[in-house]
Amino acid sequence: MATESTSFKREMLATLPSLRAFAVSLTGKHDKADDLVQDTVMKAWAKQSSFEMGTNIKAWLFTILRNEFYSQMRKRGREVQDSDGAFTERLSVHPSQYGLMDLEDFKKALSQLPDDQREAIILIGASGFSYEEAAEICDCAVGTMKSRVSRARARLQDMLKVHGESDYGPDAVSTQVTTNNHSF
Amino acid sequence: MKKENPVNHQRMRLQPDDGLGPTSDIGSRLRALYGAVQEEGVPDQLLDLLEKLDNAEQAQSKQTTSQGGE
Repeated sequence: MATESTSFKREMLATLPSLRAFAVSLTGKHDKADDLVQDTVMKAWAKQSSFEMGTNIKAWLFTILRNEFYSQMRKRGREVQDSDGAFTERLSVHPSQYGLMDLEDFKKALSQLPDDQREAIILIGASGFSYEEAAEICDCAVGTMKSRVSRARARLQDMLKVHGESDYGPDAVSTQVTTNNHSF
Repeated sequence: MKKENPVNHQRMRLQPDDGLGPTSDIGSRLRALYGAVQEEGVPDQLLDLLEKLDNAEQAQSKQTTSQGGE
């Protein structure tokens, strides 16, 4: 029946922006991230019978994407991730509440984290997963996930401190940088 | 009356205090970057792909249904 695949499609659509952001954080490149999301969508579609409607489709899709990413990395070698990962490319929409330099420093710091720590802090801090979900996505123990996140946070804090604490307040520098208007 | 219930706030993230909450510097920077990518929207090619997959499946299931109904 049509309805089941259509609601699967709808749930998938709702997850795509976040899934894509995670892909960008893994690959560091928008075009590669889009390829990765595309591969993930095809895989997920082929496997949709193994997905139970009403369960956590977001975690399921993130798991497929992450597995796909690392298996492509293994196949093609490290060149898949030739940038430093994280959000190294220029963003077309600049987050309005931060000064440009402020976030540039942060991106640099993020890209210097080991891969496992970076992905951990992104899944927990930005994608909004619980430690349990993130541990499942990364196929590791919950305790491992917690320690990766806390090490990542500590390292980021250290690195950012070096760049001076004067611009701590997010509102201080910000608004003049927003040149883009986007719909919401 | 009690003050605004802080538990609700906590609940929104279902996380223990990990230093990444709403008031955290690092947490909010992470979400700003992540959110900027999310706001770019989904590229058309991806939407097209989903549309095609869905159409193909619907066409197929229609076929099987009508065959079964003969």
